[in-house]
This record gives sequence, C-alpha cells and structure tokens, in this order.
Amino acid sequence: MTYLIKGAKPYGEDAVDLLLEDGRIAAIGTELAADGAEVVQAAGLVALPGLVDLHTHLREPGREDAETVETGSRAAALGGFTAVHAMANTDPVADTAGVVEQVWRLGQEAGLVDVVPVGAVTVGLEGERLAELGAMADSAARVRVFSDDGHCVSDPALMRRALEYVKAFDGVVAQHAEEPRLTAGAQMHEGDRSASLGLTGWPAAAEEAIIARDVLLAGHVGARLHVCHVSTAGSVEILRWAKSRGVQVTAEVTPHHLLLTDACAETWDPVFKVNPPLRTDADVEALRAGLADGTIDAVGTDHAPHAVEDKESEWAQARPGMLGLEQALSVVVQTMVEPGRLDWRGVADRMSVRPAGIGRLTGHGRPLAVGEPANLLLIDPTARSVVDPAALASRSRNSPYAGRELPGRVVATFLRGSATVLDGKATR
Amino acid sequence: MKRHLLEVADLDRADATLVLDTAAQIDQALAGREVKKLPTLRGRTVVNLFYEDSTRTRISFELAAKRLSADVINFSAKGSSVSKGESLKDTALTLEAMGSDAVVVRHSASGAPHRLANWVRGSVVNAGDGTHEHPTQALLDAYTIRRRLGRLEGVRVAVVGDVLHSRVARSNVGLLHTLGAEVTLVAPPTLLPVGVRSWPAEVSYDLDAVLPKSDVVMMLRVQAERMNASFFPSAREYSRRYGLDAPRMAALPDDAIVMHPGPMNRGMEIAAEVADSVRSTIVEQVANGVSVRMAVLYLLLGGSPQ
Repeated sequence: MTYLIKGAKPYGEDAVDLLLEDGRIAAIGTELAADGAEVVQAAGLVALPGLVDLHTHLREPGREDAETVETGSRAAALGGFTAVHAMANTDPVADTAGVVEQVWRLGQEAGLVDVVPVGAVTVGLEGERLAELGAMADSAARVRVFSDDGHCVSDPALMRRALEYVKAFDGVVAQHAEEPRLTAGAQMHEGDRSASLGLTGWPAAAEEAIIARDVLLAGHVGARLHVCHVSTAGSVEILRWAKSRGVQVTAEVTPHHLLLTDACAETWDPVFKVNPPLRTDADVEALRAGLADGTIDAVGTDHAPHAVEDKESEWAQARPGMLGLEQALSVVVQTMVEPGRLDWRGVADRMSVRPAGIGRLTGHGRPLAVGEPANLLLIDPTARSVVDPAALASRSRNSPYAGRELPGRVVATFLRGSATVLDGKATR
Repeated sequence: MKRHLLEVADLDRADATLVLDTAAQIDQALAGREVKKLPTLRGRTVVNLFYEDSTRTRISFELAAKRLSADVINFSAKGSSVSKGESLKDTALTLEAMGSDAVVVRHSASGAPHRLANWVRGSVVNAGDGTHEHPTQALLDAYTIRRRLGRLEGVRVAVVGDVLHSRVARSNVGLLHTLGAEVTLVAPPTLLPVGVRSWPAEVSYDLDAVLPKSDVVMMLRVQAERMNASFFPSAREYSRRYGLDAPRMAALPDDAIVMHPGPMNRGMEIAAEVADSVRSTIVEQVANGVSVRMAVLYLLLGGSPQ
C-alpha cells in the first residue's frame, strides 16, 4: 500500500505532502501526486517520527488476562508508537533466549509495532546471578536492553558485573532504582501526605542512593547505564552531575510522573498506586525541567496493565502500576509542549530519537526525510478529549487519567509504510 | 453529620461537639436504669466487619448497637469466606445484599473503610484502619477529657509513644485540634513520621520537659518487637526514656490525667502503679467508649434518644 499524506506539518513546521512507498518515505514536497496511493488528508496535523517506548509491560506470557502482546501493541500504535521495549518481568521471566524469542515472535505476528524484548539481568529477577545475557543478545530478538525492572539490582557487585558484561554486545542495563531495605512495605511517597494517610513511605533517598551508586559504577567501568522512571528532584540533580562528568548515563521519566502527584493517594483509589510512587509538586517541576534540558533523555511509559481484581481492593493489597501507552503523547503535549518547554522537535527527540538510540534500534528514531523508514505518526494537537478507560485498546482499565481532559489526538500511525492507525482507529 | 465516619476530618467542630453532647445525653438517660437499653435503632442492622482481631473494640461497638436495640451481626475475617480469599468488594456487596444499615469496619490496611464506602449504600464507621485513623477512639478520648477536666479548649495534651504506627495518635491530633486543645507529640525521632511537622501539633523528643506542662498524658501502646527493626535499641531503654512511671507522674500538674487506649504493656510504656492510680482514666475510657459509639451510630442512622 502506498500512502500520500497531504498537508501535514513535520515537527509542526511548514505543511508538506509525504509519499510513503515500499516502507520508506519516498518523497516530501508540495502538491505531490501519486497514482493509486491512498490519500490521507492531514491539514493541521503534526507529523512526528514514530514513538519508541523503552518501558512497556505487555504481560505475555503469564498474565494474558491483563494484557497480551497483541492488545498492548494495539494500545501502543494508537498512542503513536512504532516500537516498544517489552519488560522482562513476565511469567516465565524473560531471562533466556527462548522467552525473549517468544515475545519477539508474538510481536511480529501482531504486526502493530516492533516489540523489542528486554532481557532480565538476573535469573528469575532474583538478583543473585546473571542470566545468559549474551544468549539473549545473540538470539533472533537481538536484545540490547537488560533490566530486572520491578526489582532493583541492589547488590552492588552484581550490578558492576552486569554493567561490564553487556559492553561486549553494546548492551545497556536499565536499572529500577530502589534500595529495597529502605522501601520494605512502602505504599507511597514518604512525606507530609504519607504521614497523615498512615501509609508506609517510599523515601526519595531510596531512589537517589541507587542512582548515585550506579553512576559511579558506570563511570568506573566505562559502561552504559540507563535509569528507569526517574521520579525525584534529587535524582535529576545526580544525573545532571553524572552527565557533566562524562558518565554514559541516560534516563527516562514516565508520563504520570510528569503530571500527577502524591495528592492522588488521598482518594485511596489504588489506580494511583505505582512504583516508584507519585511524588510532590516540586519533583514534578524538576522532572519537567530535566526533560526540557535533556538531563532526562526520554519519556518511558512504564505502561503496566493490571486486571480489575488487582486494583479494586485496599490500597496496600493492590498491585502497583498504571496504563500509559495511549495517553503518553497527550500528557507530554499538556505538560511540555503547551507550556512551551519542548517544541515538536524536542518531542521527537525525547520520545523517538533518543529512546531508539538507547535501545540501539536502527530502523526507528530516524528523521522525517526522504529515504528513511516510514515510521511516523500524525497528531491533531488541538483536539481535546476526556479519557474513558472503557474505550482503551489495552485489555486492562487502570488508567490514572480516567475522566481527565487531555490535549492531542493521534490520528494515524505508520509502521514501515503500513498504516497501523487511521482516523484514530487501529487498522487491525 | 456526613453519612460515614471514616476519619476525624469528617467532623467539624459542631459535629464533634454534637457527638460528645449526644454521648452525655445517652449517659444521662441510662444512668441508674436497670435496663440499659434504648429503642432508637430497633429494626436496623449493624454489621461489625472485623478483619483484625480486636476484642475490645468489637465488644464496645456490639454493646453500643445492642443498647440502641439494633440487630448486630459480627462478621469476623477469621474463619469466614474472607480467609478463602474473598475480596473486600465482594464482602461489601454481600453485606449490602443482606440489607445492612451500617458497617463498622476494622482492617489492617489504611484506607480500607474509604474503599468500602464506595461499595455500600449504608453508613461506614471506621473502627481502626491500619496506621491511619481510629476516629471513635479519639471521640471517646475527647469525651473522657471533657468529663474529667470540664473543657477541651486550651487543654494541653501530650501524646507519647509510637506515633508513626498509631492510628490513635493520628485521629487524636486531628480531633483535639478541631476541638481547640493543644497537642504535643512525644516520641523518639524514629517513631515519628517524616512529615509530622505538617501536623497541627508540637513535637518533642523529651518527655520530662513536656510533663510539667501537660493536663493530659496519653500513652500509646509500643510493641517491643519494634526494637528488631531498630526503632529503638531495647525495651528497657525505651521504657527509661519514654515510659511513664511514678516519679514522672509526680512531675505532672495536680489535676492532670493519664490515658491509654489499651491494651497496655505494663512495664513498657506505662508502669503498673501509674495505670492503677487515681489519675488514670483507662477504665473510664472503656465505659465512655460504649456511650460515644452509641452516639455515633445514633447520629449516623437517625432516631431520637429517649
């Protein structure tokens, strides 16, 4: 199928036509014409390179009642993503070549986004001995990002070895920074609100201590480190310092940490329970500033679907995590674009170019230019809508944005020239 | 009054005073009666939903409901379908289908009564949720102080002990502040929550400095096992620094009273001679608990005290 996109504004700049042919951007210009091409009217829409998520939980294998590779892929496509990194904390854990190849194959079959498996750092996520990282790197899934996400690689010696070992295949360890001894039983950010709600606190220092340790280790052994879901102002400061010293560290922030605060816990609705927890207004401000100045490289959704029964409970019994794929871009528009802190090129950089680079994906995060892979999205930045969890493509309903009006509607997404989303609807 | 009593913030000063006044009326109405029973809630059903063992609180609520002639059902998590994994929501829907008018809930999870209130039409009364709140305990404590000292406005209350893990402390700080009392929290820094400075209370680490300036000393239960998580070095050291013994009691002003929500650890946070002294209101608190809970059930469920 050939598509002719009429009048879209790449990066929000001058309107042009884009011809997508044979999986590539075949031409960019004004008044383009092409026989037999399906025309997509895109006046007023902004074109961006397809988004890349470094942090998605697709739940398959193991919790297909909460999400499958297919339903999660559809949610991703609707959010404007063309590639997602599927976290390793499945059941069985993605700690062998067999499991990562299974996830990779399921992604290919769904065909809505490129599903890029993340490999576990340690066997069974137990933090005791390294998984066969090389086997996963050499597998058909070509794993480059390794993470025990959900658990911190808290043993400093093991973390050092993991950082060193993955250098052999240009891998990166994505750390879930949480000192477990400081967060036993933790339910929410430790501060004024946890004190009055009587919920066990998750201190900012538990995240910052691990990030500080890990940037020192990464600097010492000359390895790449990626920090998952940075949530505190102190973490941003440590990252800024580490980058100024030349440490090869990258970091991501979630959409929910850019928008929501620990005040949400006062509703007692566990849809707002997440790990790391929602923090304070000051942290939100520091995260936005960090994303704006590039200290934080990327937006990672930490899309974490949960079955109804795992959320419709007491706060302490509920599982942590919230949906993110379908609203990620809208949240970035609201928190970063509309206030003028990031332009569309900046959005493309933080949500496509840099995450693709961190994951070493060659076909994604490419500029909108002739000859490049036709991975792109069209967004109507002026549309506003109220989030209805029942209308989401995810199999789960745990959206923290339910009932909230957000700007921006993804109208179309193209994966290597094929439309995965048209008119705001998934094509398959 | 709101429909539920989930936390002391549900009560403004007028509401809280109404509860205390109603409890006083009930005490008066029942004083000297042979049959300690009012017909107010005849035909209404009160469910005691207890996910945590608490014999004293459950009995107090049970007695309160029965003295108002309500039908009382005790639903204990132990040995019920709950232990087979039934969710709080399903239990709530079951109680709802059976037509309960009020659910009195005790739960180890903070916020569980708030969740429950989403799923039932009747009133929910928080009988203690995790480390969050225990509003009827605060009401009975306020009632006890008012009876003993004749007022609450300007009364200086020291709350001493494991504030971090105490729902009693959280409810008392809020309610006493609403009623015009001045609260000072006294504890080792490890047993105070980060964020305590945002509470409407003074904070001190020094019990001996606070006692001479206190009209009320409220001792909180301290579990000796906390020393295993390094909240304090040993039970002995805790007792030496924060326990209320006879010499410390002597430092109190003449009319000052000593309170404890129970159950006590005699010899840990409170010495036996203090617990059994004339200053102690511990037994009175138990009796007042029934009256205050009657007042709460009556005000939430309607009717008029005879």
